[in-house]
Amino acid sequence: MIAGISIYEILTLTSILFFIGVYGFITRKNLISILMSIELILNASVVNFVVINKYLYPDMLQGVFFSIFIIAVAAAETALAIAIIINLYRQIASVEVKDTEIMKY
Amino acid sequence: MERYIFYILALIIVVFAIASVTSKKMLRSVIYLLFVLCGIAGIYFLIDFNFLAAIQLTVYAGGIIVLIIFSVVLVHHIEMELEVAKTAKKILVGLTCLLGLAVFLATIYSHEFTVVENTISTTTEHIGLGLLSYEAGGFILPFEVISVLLLAAMIGAIIIAKGKKLTDKNNTTL
Repeated sequence: MIAGISIYEILTLTSILFFIGVYGFITRKNLISILMSIELILNASVVNFVVINKYLYPDMLQGVFFSIFIIAVAAAETALAIAIIINLYRQIASVEVKDTEIMKY
Repeated sequence: MERYIFYILALIIVVFAIASVTSKKMLRSVIYLLFVLCGIAGIYFLIDFNFLAAIQLTVYAGGIIVLIIFSVVLVHHIEMELEVAKTAKKILVGLTCLLGLAVFLATIYSHEFTVVENTISTTTEHIGLGLLSYEAGGFILPFEVISVLLLAAMIGAIIIAKGKKLTDKNNTTL
């Protein structure tokens, strides 16, 4: 536990981070920027898992395991998404959302 | 002391996250995201999960950021300005996000958490034993599944990024 910091303050921080990610996800028009906003959202949820594990159930480790799995899935997702973006860029020479009309060639 | 460090980290995280989603320059936005991820690693250090902090620094700050920078440099000119949404849409989305945040905070602050005071420090040994335990509450099956998932993602990324051009060339030469 962080001395002098209650769970409410950390949950407030992660909620703010989550909604900044949602804001970026909706307003950005570039595929890579959208991917970065997804990273923000995932990070906020990972911090939530860890904090709730530490503050409410300190003798268990389930939150840590789930956050490790989330980080692994996020890494796999980013690698695949970037592969798709690079392949798309080769075919339509753009990574803007409005140009991405056809996924299947 | 820890209290002030937490507030400084929270300030860094929020400011750079906002900068990251509003910056018009692509590469700067990625670097701001790097600062956010490092700040979150700092929170893991504060909360005494050293292993998670190390994972955060290596996988996110070391791996994913480098991957994103790599793709940005491949795809954009470095000084390219991003297209931004209309101001009306920005304001609308911002207000909706603030509304959602208000709902979240109202729910959180109205809930009574039964916090257990503790100073237990988790070692990497505990995490490893828990991940590899096959007794009740062990995580050996998800651990194996995640390794297969990573392998599948690796092969899939290679095949997708290799693209269509190679196969086209093969078809024309045949």
